[in-house]
Amino acid sequence: MTENTDVVIIGAGPVGLFAVFELGLLNIKCNLVDNLDKVGGQCAELYPEKPIYDIPSRPVVTGQELTDELIKQINPFKPKFHLNQQVEKIAKTESGWIVETNIGTKVEAKCIVVAAGAGSFVPRKPPIENIENFENKNVFYAIRDKSIFKNKKILIAGGGDSALDWTNELSKDSNVTLIHRRKEFRAAPDSVSKMQELETKGKIKFLKGQIKKISKIQDSRIMLEYENDDEKSNIEVDYLLPFFGLKMELGPIAEWGLNLHENLIKVDTEKFQTSTPSIFAIGDINWYPGKLKLILSGFHESALMAQEVFKYCFPDKKNIFRYTTSSKELQKKLGV
Amino acid sequence: MPKLIITDRSGKKSEIEYDSNFTLMETLRDNGYDIEASCGGCCACATCHVYIDEKWTNKLKNMDDDEESMLDQAFDVNNNSRLSCQIELSEELDGLEIEIAPE
Repeated sequence: MTENTDVVIIGAGPVGLFAVFELGLLNIKCNLVDNLDKVGGQCAELYPEKPIYDIPSRPVVTGQELTDELIKQINPFKPKFHLNQQVEKIAKTESGWIVETNIGTKVEAKCIVVAAGAGSFVPRKPPIENIENFENKNVFYAIRDKSIFKNKKILIAGGGDSALDWTNELSKDSNVTLIHRRKEFRAAPDSVSKMQELETKGKIKFLKGQIKKISKIQDSRIMLEYENDDEKSNIEVDYLLPFFGLKMELGPIAEWGLNLHENLIKVDTEKFQTSTPSIFAIGDINWYPGKLKLILSGFHESALMAQEVFKYCFPDKKNIFRYTTSSKELQKKLGV
Repeated sequence: MPKLIITDRSGKKSEIEYDSNFTLMETLRDNGYDIEASCGGCCACATCHVYIDEKWTNKLKNMDDDEESMLDQAFDVNNNSRLSCQIELSEELDGLEIEIAPE
């Protein structure tokens, strides 16, 4: 199925969210795509509990609070979100663009707004030589189908929520060993106590150390060498599941032919348009002389970008500048 | 100005001057070292990982729980591993030797 909208925004972080507001005031409808399973970008994924002190009029606000308030603010414009997916391809049409995600969602729009921050969040892969040869065979960074692990021997690496939750869950039907560099865990205390209980009962094993080498052995099994205080040991398993959080990378955007400046998208400072007409870039992902990676700069960029996008969406209409404080029509759109 | 001695990922050693009002991560980034620091220095990622020379490990303020937990997302973590965004520079650290950890 192909969605039809005015603008597709790539990235649902604070700047992508606020763009919905600025575009919405001009009657421009939006779809947003984000690789995470939630909106808010870095604010929600990396530092939901951390304070931000430089949002105008908010002496202090946490990453999650800022996200929640932005969602409230843009709610009148009913944006459509496509989460858990990454835009892979974009194709020019007569009237605009079709963007397609890695899971096949297609969105047709007149303009594309890239608000992708530092890029997509992807699993952080341990720097073990040749690990890529084992990926999706013996090594998985995310679990889609847990049935393949039934009655198998599994090594889970990491100390966060994913590592502990999967250790507890898979211990029901599999032989699970958890490896972590220390005996303390950053995962939720509930998951940690459950894991410790399973270990006491002998349902799972715990190893202290860091994995250094991976190699293939017979029967499609793998051998992992790990080190703890310079002492080396080995473990043989069917599967390795490393959970070391997420990192950000530019991903497919680099292939779209946009002019870049050191992995950032070059834009002008009047319209925030890229080198390709009708593709815009706002927030941390763009670059121009004097650029500062601040949320407030991204908000400003959203407002100016919207002025230009209006021309693509309504080429025959005149855009008259108005304030939300005084315009009855804008207030009607906001439902106030 | 006080100085830091930095070993980069290629093994090259160099001296840089620093201002005590900044963190080690900010100073490394400002001097053009390849340090990702994707969260911007709020101890929410582990991409500014460095090794502190053994002579200096005791002279730094101890790690708090936040930093120790974030190091769980780093690789090749040693006893002298730290997140450089959590190290506030001061005059007393003149001559501090550090090495940037692998990516």
